[in-house]
Amino acid sequence: MLEIKDLCVDYGGIHALSGISMTVPDGKIVTMVGSNGAGKSTTLRTISGLVKAKSGSVKADGRELLGLPINKVLEAGIAQVPEGRRVFSNLTVLENLRSGAYLRRDKDGIEEDIRWIYSLFPILKERYWQPAGTLSGGEQQMLAVGRGLMSRPRVLMLDEPSLGLAPLVVQGIFSIIKEINKRGVTILLIEQNANMALKIADYAYVLETGRISIEGPGAALLDDDRVKEAYLGKYRG
Amino acid sequence: MNFIARWFPYILSGVSVGGQYALIAIGYTMVYGILRLINFAHGDIFMAAGIMMIYLSAVMPLGGAVLLVLLLTMFLGFSVDRIAYKPLRSAPRMSVMISAIGVSYLIQNTVAYLTGGLTKQFVEIPWISDTVTILGASTKRVTLITPALTIVLVVALVFLINRTKVGMGMRAVSRDFETSLLMGIRINSVISITFIIGSFLAAVGSILYFTNYTGVTYTSGAMPGLKAFVAAVFGGIGSIPGAVVGAFVIGICETLLKGMGLTAFSDAFTFALLVVILVLKPTGLFGENIKEKV
Ligand SMILES: Nc1ncnc2c1ncn2[C@@H]1O[C@H](COP(=O)(O)OP(=O)(O)OP(=O)(O)O)[C@@H](O)[C@H]1O
Ligand SMILES: [Mg+2]
Repeated sequence: MLEIKDLCVDYGGIHALSGISMTVPDGKIVTMVGSNGAGKSTTLRTISGLVKAKSGSVKADGRELLGLPINKVLEAGIAQVPEGRRVFSNLTVLENLRSGAYLRRDKDGIEEDIRWIYSLFPILKERYWQPAGTLSGGEQQMLAVGRGLMSRPRVLMLDEPSLGLAPLVVQGIFSIIKEINKRGVTILLIEQNANMALKIADYAYVLETGRISIEGPGAALLDDDRVKEAYLGKYRG
Repeated sequence: MNFIARWFPYILSGVSVGGQYALIAIGYTMVYGILRLINFAHGDIFMAAGIMMIYLSAVMPLGGAVLLVLLLTMFLGFSVDRIAYKPLRSAPRMSVMISAIGVSYLIQNTVAYLTGGLTKQFVEIPWISDTVTILGASTKRVTLITPALTIVLVVALVFLINRTKVGMGMRAVSRDFETSLLMGIRINSVISITFIIGSFLAAVGSILYFTNYTGVTYTSGAMPGLKAFVAAVFGGIGSIPGAVVGAFVIGICETLLKGMGLTAFSDAFTFALLVVILVLKPTGLFGENIKEKV
């Protein structure tokens, strides 16, 4: 279980997060929606240790993560698929997957996970030798998700996996996120595409300029008038 | 036949000089590839290896001295990064560049102080300094060893980078620091390894290079360093094959010019080549247009 309490983050005096609290229970899909600049990426980056928090706490099963080096957070079972995919364009598809397992030593387990990821995303198997930079946007997102899984995380945090992708591709990725979750991986999903995210989420938070304004079960937020007006307008139909 | 007899010795020595430049150029290109930094201190690390060789071989057997020079040079490269560049990882690139220039002068002045600014006689290494005759041309054995050793080391390096886990880490870090961190790659270790490899190759190059010259002084790293840098830019900075090809091209052209009696122009030629390549193809022969890192 991931527990975030009163998390505050500043960028040179500018508040990016002003005390947010959220809980990500084991085995669930939790989503955080919010518009540009709300502080969604900052939340994930702080959990991963890329950004220093000003105050607050982030605990994984009771163990404080804030202040740990990035690789220790990963070792604690928390992996991130960063915004904008960020695959290593100069590495092959297979090497990108292996880079996700950089800290692991269990060769057999790594091969097993590669086979699992190939079964989730057969296109990656077909293209395993190709430099990742030559993949399409959707394929790169699949690779980024696969790479994130290669550390065998307990919690997978995804930062806007639908960014810049066609609706059909987004649907494919979301159904695979559900499948990953069924395999026991806890999901923390960040999205601007609130409609899709709320539909698959067990629980959801709405972030507005560094504060959580609304929270509740995904289905309840889909029906919430404030959410409808602010985030679902253009997706309704 | 006459033609070959006339030019063969120059080509031979050009290939050898090219090998020496290549061993230095790889250090420039690898550090640039990973940090986007031109390590101005690299030529001075090369020179320091030569000086250490002189001092150490005076107090111990040659084999021990060579081994220790290799180790100490690797440590020097490692320390330069840790002390002068690592604290500036997130600073503007210009600051790191200025720090590199500072380190370059620091090494030069330390050596000037230790040697009293004098040129030190380089060690006579038996066997590799012996004269051999090949196809009618007589030369030191080191002339033949240098290109062969260079090729072996380059092949080993390419294998390391393309086929091993740490090599994959290096390629990942060279593309994206932050995502590498998210994968658990310890980027500072990877950067250290890069400096250590570059310095090791420079130390090998240094021992081979100075065997062909009589002495080493505190400025002896400047010219070969600069030539190797031009080779790296010519080949496409960041590319290892590029640096090697560039180094051989420059080494061979230089010695051929000397053979034509144009010794005075051989250095000018190298820098003219730099201007031409920067105008015609700024990314060099094998360079790619790498996006600015975020
Ligand atoms: N490195 C930084 N330095 C200064 N300010 C930053 C930095 N990174 C983010 N910010 C600011 O912090 C705020 C939150 O940014 P963040 O990237 O977390 O938003 P986001 O919710 O992920 O937005 P988007 O949906 O556009 O990705 C923004 O106002 C942004 O300008
Ligand atoms: Mg964001």
